[in-house]
Amino acid sequence: MIAIRINGQSLQVAAGTTVAAAVMTVQPGFRRSVTGEIRGPLCGMGICMECRVTLNGHPHERSCQTLCAPGMEVATDA
Amino acid sequence: MPSTLVIGGGPAGLAAAWAAVQAGDQVTLLDDNPALGGQIWRGAIPKAYHRFLDPRITVRTGVQIHSATQIPTADRLILATGTRERFLPFPGWTLPHVLGAGGLQAMVKSGLPIAGKRVVITGTGPLLLAVGAYLRKRGAKVVLIAEQAPFARIAQFTRELWREPAKLIQAAQLGWGLRYRADAWPIRADAGSVTIQGHGKIPCDYVACGFGLVANTELPALLGCAIDAGQVVTDSKQRTTIPHIYWAGAGSVDRSILEGQIAGFDLERARPLYPARDRALRFDRRIDQAFRLRSELSSLATPDTIVCRCEDVPFGAVWQQRDWRSAKLQTRCGMGPCQGRICGPALEHLCGWPAGSVRPPIFPTRLENLLDERR
Repeated sequence: MIAIRINGQSLQVAAGTTVAAAVMTVQPGFRRSVTGEIRGPLCGMGICMECRVTLNGHPHERSCQTLCAPGMEVATDA
Repeated sequence: MPSTLVIGGGPAGLAAAWAAVQAGDQVTLLDDNPALGGQIWRGAIPKAYHRFLDPRITVRTGVQIHSATQIPTADRLILATGTRERFLPFPGWTLPHVLGAGGLQAMVKSGLPIAGKRVVITGTGPLLLAVGAYLRKRGAKVVLIAEQAPFARIAQFTRELWREPAKLIQAAQLGWGLRYRADAWPIRADAGSVTIQGHGKIPCDYVACGFGLVANTELPALLGCAIDAGQVVTDSKQRTTIPHIYWAGAGSVDRSILEGQIAGFDLERARPLYPARDRALRFDRRIDQAFRLRSELSSLATPDTIVCRCEDVPFGAVWQQRDWRSAKLQTRCGMGPCQGRICGPALEHLCGWPAGSVRPPIFPTRLENLLDERR
């Protein structure tokens, strides 16, 4: 198991889990759209950009294309 | 030693890389996903194709744009960038419980628990059935598979499958026990439900939708390869209209593997595969025909339904625009981070606009990544 933090909350996930799958297990929203709507992943394959989160301080990372790594800090806008 | 660069590590790219190694080339394979196998295999490459993972291939996955990095050069380039789902906007399709059909499957394959969740799958094509069978196997309650194609057309297609018994058996195994209904499509989604034409409002945890597949032609278009009706133009050896650039994939797995091998092999070994590839291509065309989009789907979006999710542009703002360029300039539709990859294929169906131009970088990147860090 791998320990990560999502918005400060600890979560254990199996190795090979993407950040997007991890976030979806705790909340539906990933980001706020330009008019403030709550959005989550659509395509699951790195194309739609709806699953963007802040990863270890880097904003706008595609969570569906990133595997969870030990100690990773994930922050969402929604 | 001649060198080949393959972009895309799905079935076509893997087959192409393997075949190019057999042809004596030095091969590099790039993919932006964390694992090889493309969207269909996602790291779990079937045993029958493990031979494609030749140790002589240099593999780079999780590729992103970085500054001052070495740009791979090669004598020839094989593009196998695959397909994505087409989405058609309907009211509520931007809610977080609405995902792509392949999209939800990808999330489950990458660790999302789905056991006990109620899922409605809707849209069109054989992918809906494959996703339904997969999610059920992982413990989901697949409430309904709502297929837009008319019952008569599906019945006709199924009758034709007798000529392809293997495919008929596969379809029967996938569909056994699933509630699959034709002439059904999404009307609207609300929090915790979806309303399906002919089936009313259905409570569910997830809606998985997809209206067929579109080829990822951005890279070949940027490199100047001719594109016709959404497909990269190729000759029988999978050569594009630009010298030394090949294209493979963007169809069924069978066809993708054949096209990859034809692109990778030398002419002598490629030629015997042409008839099988042409047969697979004809079968894919029959699927496209059977599952073509019905006209009712053009009126699902209301004036306030968002079509461009990146810039939150409603359908009412774009439908009177002259063309794609005018929609971009007047409304910012297609100008966000996905660069029109989602709203483009939707508006192609809703407004009849062909895809717009492609510009570098292929995917958004940080400005710092484009600046030369060598001081």
